[in-house]
Amino acid sequence: MKKKNVKTMILLLIAAAAIIIIPLFALQGAEFGGSDDAGSQKIEEIQGKGYKPWFTPVFEKALHGEIPGEVESLLFCVQTGIGVGILAFQLGKMVERKKYEDRDDRR
Amino acid sequence: MTKKQKKIFQWSVAFAIAFAVCPNVHAMHIMEGYLPPSYCILWGVICIPFLVKGFFGMQKMTKNNRKSMTMLAMAGAFIFVLSALKIPSVTGSCSHMTGTGLGAILFGPGIVSILGIIVLLFQAILLAHGGLTTLGANTFSMAIAGPLVSYGIYHGLKKCNVNRKVSIFLAAAIGDLFTYCVTSIQLALAYPSAHGGVAKSAVQFLGVFAPTQLPLAILEGILTVMIMIALETYAKPELGAIGFKEAE
Repeated sequence: MKKKNVKTMILLLIAAAAIIIIPLFALQGAEFGGSDDAGSQKIEEIQGKGYKPWFTPVFEKALHGEIPGEVESLLFCVQTGIGVGILAFQLGKMVERKKYEDRDDRR
Repeated sequence: MTKKQKKIFQWSVAFAIAFAVCPNVHAMHIMEGYLPPSYCILWGVICIPFLVKGFFGMQKMTKNNRKSMTMLAMAGAFIFVLSALKIPSVTGSCSHMTGTGLGAILFGPGIVSILGIIVLLFQAILLAHGGLTTLGANTFSMAIAGPLVSYGIYHGLKKCNVNRKVSIFLAAAIGDLFTYCVTSIQLALAYPSAHGGVAKSAVQFLGVFAPTQLPLAILEGILTVMIMIALETYAKPELGAIGFKEAE
């Protein structure tokens, strides 16, 4: 990787981390709640009456209730894991490939 | 003020504006069962031509060059990761990114719609996040409208010779924001305000989504630039295989 790009990467990483971390400290005590209930509240507000969803998620139907919080975070982790796994595997392969190619070029 | 001081001042203003927005609630994808059936069908139908085009495009691309599979997998994986991460935002609630900007830049809007719908299906079935009935609407906003904008911005800026990283950043960030604008409009169409109709309702929903999503859109832009730098350094053969040309 070019030296200039390495620098850009580091700066971007710091910026990305800052965007995530700053709200946590700036808004101490905020709920950082999930989305689903909040969205439905807005609909009720606009409609002026309670809204009953006409369809429940298939998984919740099968469980006869909501997915437990910990299990839900597990499933989100699985999703992240699948994604990171594929990305890291491919990128790792490519980085090694480039290393060997560069070495062959120099010979 | 020196130039440097001026810059610091500008940053501080931007910072202040970002934090001035009041805490509010929000939603990410439209929840299961929260869109009337007629709208579910409408949005679903609108998605079909895009998905068909994307499917054939994907078929053609993988047939022409097997190497493009790697890139498809990576763009899909990028969407998987980014849409699974719930990030705290300045409004005091969490939202997540879309990750579709990368795919839109690499493949164009058709193929991304397929990658996007895979992720949305995964979340709808296993995570009770989004939903099967609202799949059409969510696919349209996240996997079609957003990428379409990203694609347009990227190629528009490329023509104007804007700095490459800046154009990637803007394409991904604005595409992400636009996804949530579309979601607002979709909700507004289904739930027009009693006084003021669809427009007023849309403004209300936008007021909920936009402030939360803005920092995340910037984050998505940053991450997309990072992965593109990595790909352009290490994955030149694959980028060539999908016909992606680097602007020098």
